[in-house]
Amino acid sequence: MALSGIQIFKLLPKTNCGECKFPTCLAFAMALAAAKAELDACPYISDEAREQLSDASAPPIRQLSIGSGDYEVKIGGETVMFRHEKTFFNKPGLAILITDTMDTVEVENRFLKLKLFQYERVGLTLKAEMVALKYTGNKENFINLVKKGCGEPYSLILMAEDASVMREALEVAKGKKPLIYAATTENCDAYGALAKEYSCPLAVKGQGLEGVSVLTEKLSAMGLKDLVIDTSTRTLKEAFQEQIIIRRAALVNKYKPFGYPTIVFPSDMADDLMKETMIASCFIPKYAGIVVMSNFEGESLFPLLLQRLNIYTDPQRPMTTQQGIYPINNPDENSPVLVTCNFSLTYFIVSGEIENSRVPSWLLVMDTEGLSVMTAWAAGKFVGDVVGPFIKKSGITDKIKHRKVIIPGYAAAILGDLEEELPGWEILIGPREAAHIPSFLRGLV
Amino acid sequence: MAFEIPKIKYTGKIREVTIGIPPNEVTIGGESCYPFYLFEGDMPYKPRVAFEVWDHEPQEWQSWAVEPFADVIHSPSAWAKKCVESYGAEIIALQLKSADPNGMNRDVEEVVSVVKDVINSVNVPVIVWGTANDEKDTALLRRVAEVCEGKNVAIGPVTEKNYKQIGAMAIGYNQVVLASTPIDVNLAKQLNILLGNLGVKDDKLAVDPTTGGLGYGLEYTYSVIERDRMAALTQEDVKLQYPIVCNLANEVWKTKETKVTKEEDPKMGDEKKRAILMEGVTAMTLLIAGADIVIMRHPDSVALVKEMIKELTA
Repeated sequence: MALSGIQIFKLLPKTNCGECKFPTCLAFAMALAAAKAELDACPYISDEAREQLSDASAPPIRQLSIGSGDYEVKIGGETVMFRHEKTFFNKPGLAILITDTMDTVEVENRFLKLKLFQYERVGLTLKAEMVALKYTGNKENFINLVKKGCGEPYSLILMAEDASVMREALEVAKGKKPLIYAATTENCDAYGALAKEYSCPLAVKGQGLEGVSVLTEKLSAMGLKDLVIDTSTRTLKEAFQEQIIIRRAALVNKYKPFGYPTIVFPSDMADDLMKETMIASCFIPKYAGIVVMSNFEGESLFPLLLQRLNIYTDPQRPMTTQQGIYPINNPDENSPVLVTCNFSLTYFIVSGEIENSRVPSWLLVMDTEGLSVMTAWAAGKFVGDVVGPFIKKSGITDKIKHRKVIIPGYAAAILGDLEEELPGWEILIGPREAAHIPSFLRGLV
Repeated sequence: MAFEIPKIKYTGKIREVTIGIPPNEVTIGGESCYPFYLFEGDMPYKPRVAFEVWDHEPQEWQSWAVEPFADVIHSPSAWAKKCVESYGAEIIALQLKSADPNGMNRDVEEVVSVVKDVINSVNVPVIVWGTANDEKDTALLRRVAEVCEGKNVAIGPVTEKNYKQIGAMAIGYNQVVLASTPIDVNLAKQLNILLGNLGVKDDKLAVDPTTGGLGYGLEYTYSVIERDRMAALTQEDVKLQYPIVCNLANEVWKTKETKVTKEEDPKMGDEKKRAILMEGVTAMTLLIAGADIVIMRHPDSVALVKEMIKELTA
C-alpha cells in the first residue's frame, strides 16, 4: 500500500537539513508520497526506514526493460486490471522465434521480416521488437545466432537452460541487455548468478503458479529485481486464467512473488500460424508482457499489431492525426474538398469511406485537439471563424480551381458563419454518418 | 506461504435470453463471472457465433469474402441454408442492407418478403438486423416482428428514437429486442430501462453496444463492454445484466486493410488470410471483453473463433 506523506514523514530524520533540496523533511515526505522525489535524496535515512519505505513505494508490478534504442521493450509497471480504470502503459513485446536448427537462409529471412513488417499509422510505426534465440543442442549454431542478433537492432531473448551455454551467449550479447530465459528449479542459483553478473533481466520458468512463486521469492532474496514470469502452462484455458490470477494477485493482493511482467508462448500452443495468431490475440489484452511467436507473416503480424495499438491506446487521451491536406484516390484540381476534425478515429473512418467511394478527393484535417466533430463544434473549436481561416491558410487553394468545400453533417450549424468567412465559396453540407460519404460523393460527380 | 488464488465475489449475474424455437433454440447469457474467468464463476452457455447473410447480393465484397458463398450469394435463403448445412451455423444474422435509404432504399414489403424466405428456409435462430436508419427501421422492423411471429427472432438495432414503435411490436409478437446505443454505458442502461418500462421482459432483451472493427475504434467497444460487465456483475446494476451482441462482420470487411492485396502491398501479407485474421482477432477481442454473440462473415474466421471459445471453456 502507498503511504501518505505524514506516514512517510514519521520515518524521516526530521532534521530539516535541506540536503534533499526540499526545505523541510515534511515537504520531502509530501514529494515522496506524490512520487516526485527519490528516497535516495536523503543521506541520513536509517536502513530500517529505508526498507519500510522502499517496500511501500515499490510499484506492485515491476517495470523493466530489455534491449535498447528504437527496439527497447519496456514491460510491467501496470497499475490496473481494466484499461478503462486508467490505461495500460507498456505494450507487450512481440518476438519471433529463431532456433539453432534453422539454416542460414531461414535465419536471414526471419531477421528480414522484422525489418519488412513495419506499418505507419497515426504517426506511429507499428512493429515487432524482439527476437527469441533458442538453443536446442547445437552450441556453435546458437552462438552464431547470438552474434548475428547482436549485429541487429532488435531486443533479444536468449533461450537455453544450460548455464555454460548461457554464459557464452551472455559474453557475446552482454551489451544488448537481453532477457535470459530461463531460471528453473534445477538451475536457479546458477541463472540468478548469471543475471546478476551480467545485469540482465531474467525469466523464471516455474511449474504453474506455485512453482513460479517459489522461484521468484528465491531470486528476489538473491537481490534480483528484473524478473519475468513463465508458468510453463501451454494450454489456452489454463494459461489465460493464470495471466488474470497473476495480475490480480500482484495488483489487488500486493502478492510480491507475482509482481513481475509475464512471458507467453503461443509458439508452443498451436500447429499453424492462423490459430497461433488467435491465441496471441487472447494474451495481448489479458495480460502478457512478452508474446513469443513461432513465425511472423504480414497477414498474421499486422492484425496483432493493430490489436495491441487499440488495447494500449490511452483511453484518457484521444489519438490525433496531424493537421493538413490528405489527397485520397489521386485527386486533381477539380476534385471535391472535404473538411473534418483531427480525432484519429474520425480521420480513419472518413478517409476509409472516401477511399471506398473511389472518388478522387481532398480531405482537410483540422486540429481540434483530438475532439470529434460534434464535441469540437460544441467546444467552439469547429466553428465558422476557426474553420474558415484554416481552409484559407491550408494551401488547398493552390491545388484546386473550384471554390467548394464539404462540411460534416453534424457541423451543419456553422454554415452561415463559414459563408461569411469564405466569401466566394460554396459550402456544401455532407452526410452526418461517414458510411454515407460514398453515395454522397458519387452523387456530386 | 502457500499461494491462494485471489477471487472476486460477484454479486450479479447476466440474464438468460433464448432466441429461436425448439429443438434448435439458442440460449445466451447466464454468466456469473467475467468472460472465461472460469476459476471463479460459470459461463453456463458458451458465447456463440452468428453467420451474417445479406438480403441482396453484395456488390463490393472482396472475392475472398464471396468465395465461400459464390454459388448462393444471389439468394439470401440459399445463402442462409448453406451457412447452416455446410458451415454449421448455429445462428443466422440477416442484414437488411438493401433497405438502407442511403443505398438501394428497397421498399419495406420487398425486404419483408426476403425476411420471410430466409426465416422459412432455416431451422436455426435468426437475428434480423435493420439499416440503422431510425425512420426506415421503424417501418421495416415493425413488419419484421409481425411476419416472424412464432419464430422468436432477435430484432435490432432498436434505438432511443424508435424503441416504442418497434418494442411494442416485438412484445406483441414475442420477439427478442436488440437495444442499440452509441458506445456508452449510461445510454445503454437508459435504453434498457425505457424498454423495460415499455413492457419488454428481461428474458427478451439483449444489448448492441455499437461495434468498432480492429483499428477502427475496437478499443472503445472493448472498454464499454468491460464497463457493462463490471457494473452488471460486481455493482448489482440490474439494468445492465443483459447479454451483448456485436455485429462486427461489416465493420472489419469494409476497411481498406481487408481489401489491399499482397501484390499491391507485400508487407501486408496474404489478403485472404489477413482479412480472416482481422475478423477473427476482432471477434476474439470482443469475446474477451464480454460479447455473448459475435456476428461474423467468413467460415474460416468463424471456425478459428469457435475453436478458441471451445478451448477457453474446455
